[in-house]
Amino acid sequence: MFKKSISTLIVFLLAISYVYADKVKVGMITTLSGGGSGLGIDIRDGFALAVKDEPNIEIISGDDQRKPDIAVQLADKMIQSDKVDIITGIVWSNLAMAVVPAVVNQGKFYLSPNAGPSLLAGKKCHKNYFNIAWQNDNLHEAAGGYASSAGFKNSFIIAPNYPAGKDALTGYKRYFKGSIENEVYTKLGQTDYAAEIAKIRASNADSVYFFLPGGMGIAFIKQFSQAQVDLPLVGPAFSFDQGILKAVGKAALGVKNTSQWSKDIENVENEKFVKDFRSAYGRLPSLYASQGYDTGKIIVSAMANASIKNTDAFREALKNAPSQGFKSTRGKFSFSSNHHPIQDIYVREVIEENGTLTNKLISPGLKDHSNVYVDQCKM
Amino acid sequence: MSLQLFIEQLLNGIQFGFMLFLMSAGLTLIFGVMGLINLAHGSFFMIGAFSASFVAGLTGNFFLAILASLILPALIGIMVEFSVIRKLYERDHLDQVLATFALILIFSEATRYIFGAFPLFLDIPNLLQGNILLPGEIVYSKYRLIIIIIGLFIALGLYFLINRTLLGIQIKAGQNDRQMIRVLGINISRLYTIVFAMGAALAGLAGALIGAIQSVEVGMGEPVLILAFVVIVIGGIGSIKGALIGALLIGVLDTMARLFLPIFFELIMETSQALSLGSSLASMSAYVLMALVLIFRPTGLFGKK
Repeated sequence: MFKKSISTLIVFLLAISYVYADKVKVGMITTLSGGGSGLGIDIRDGFALAVKDEPNIEIISGDDQRKPDIAVQLADKMIQSDKVDIITGIVWSNLAMAVVPAVVNQGKFYLSPNAGPSLLAGKKCHKNYFNIAWQNDNLHEAAGGYASSAGFKNSFIIAPNYPAGKDALTGYKRYFKGSIENEVYTKLGQTDYAAEIAKIRASNADSVYFFLPGGMGIAFIKQFSQAQVDLPLVGPAFSFDQGILKAVGKAALGVKNTSQWSKDIENVENEKFVKDFRSAYGRLPSLYASQGYDTGKIIVSAMANASIKNTDAFREALKNAPSQGFKSTRGKFSFSSNHHPIQDIYVREVIEENGTLTNKLISPGLKDHSNVYVDQCKM
Repeated sequence: MSLQLFIEQLLNGIQFGFMLFLMSAGLTLIFGVMGLINLAHGSFFMIGAFSASFVAGLTGNFFLAILASLILPALIGIMVEFSVIRKLYERDHLDQVLATFALILIFSEATRYIFGAFPLFLDIPNLLQGNILLPGEIVYSKYRLIIIIIGLFIALGLYFLINRTLLGIQIKAGQNDRQMIRVLGINISRLYTIVFAMGAALAGLAGALIGAIQSVEVGMGEPVLILAFVVIVIGGIGSIKGALIGALLIGVLDTMARLFLPIFFELIMETSQALSLGSSLASMSAYVLMALVLIFRPTGLFGKK
């Protein structure tokens, strides 16, 4: 009798310790208010959807308001008082640059669901830093490749005057075989492009490539269309996402854009994600939502193969997740040696479907695409 | 560069200037008459754009939408003036800045709560889509031309209001000596409410007109607000004429700098550096002008000595 109670007690304690030992605390730092909050909300919602059946994940959310100093404060608080194991969620490269090095140097994991600045892929890469979305240059490289294959010979390219803007145009030029008619850097946050559009109209370009995230892109596409400049427009997926298309309207119809994800990529995981996301939140998912979802699923997969208590094992489990049960909504997915995705990047076209503007895959773009910073990364 | 392109850019600058004028006219009146620094002025720009977008979505009529962008910000302006702003007139500028900054946060989050975090849709009506051929082979956007014309009418209307009506005389008197007109038995609190509502309506109109060619989103008013402050500092605080001249100066300068500075630097240095330096300096041009004006005329071009 006594023996039996002891063994019951031991089993019970084991059960408890099993439940508690593997509990993973995730700090979600993302933009939930003010400008750009649509992106953060999508990442948060996608992540929450991915982990909703995993009782051992606890999410602690914080709103960075798109401000680096607030993001740094949140990270400090989450590491020191909430004792999180993993931090994720940041949308913007400048915020990621402020937060990520401190997080990984304190022995915590950082999984990026969006920003992929070149420094974190190259010289400042770290074994505890994983990017689940893309390296910043990737979508622009695919756009350059697409523009060449579409037969464009002379592009007018435009981006905001800040590091990610320069990376974007560098990425485009890396894969574009034609010549560059003009390269224009605009003020970050600029919303009137009359002067630039007049320059485009007066130029000899046969195509326009632009990287203008958020409201800047909405303004540019509307004004470009209103000005009736008869040139094909190419951009990265950021300016043609579900939330943005609603605001741009028919002006975006027919524009080609490059993305690692699209809601019509055919695989079981993606179909389930799109369906679940719609029924959970009543809207179509964006690529940000898909990135948040994949980030959540990678953590779930790693938890099944290693305990968070064993940092080295957990890192291996993250790294090997693509071959150990994690299935990306994008289909093929693996990590390069600097912990960034190797994946296909597609060309999409904006179409109208049952009265809603959305994207349709039209060609494969770049296959098994990695990034150029692999060699600079010494882990 | 062709002459056509130059004139087109000049028109773009003038259009930008009139948009800034709509914002800064209200700002300068409110500061001039009530002595109030109103950081929340940009929120009325946003409220105007959101009301227009909402009404346009509901009715499909752009002109009703523009009407809404005047009325709703004015009504909200009256409410805010009654409940918050009124208590600030006698306080110092720091209190005003704090309180109106709080208003920005309240308005932004309330808007996000009601309309969601994603930008809204607002397009220009079909009638105004496309371009018009001006004399001299100049192709120019119909809609932007309309913004210029509306701006001109508002400027004329304000000129008439200030110089030819009783209300205008009271406003001018208020700018000169607030104590005095109170003593003369003029209902000062009514005057304040009217001026505040008028400023809010003009900002709302600017928001709706611009919202149709840009993106209607939370926080859209603050970048414009900063330039509007630059305008009233250049023009002289409290002067409508100053606001008009200042706004046009900034509009044309900003557009021309964006056009010419990269070209200019390309003459003396390597292309990629020239582009980057040129566009950086172009975005500073308005502030450089403000600094120069402050050095040579600390009260602004048309400010009171």
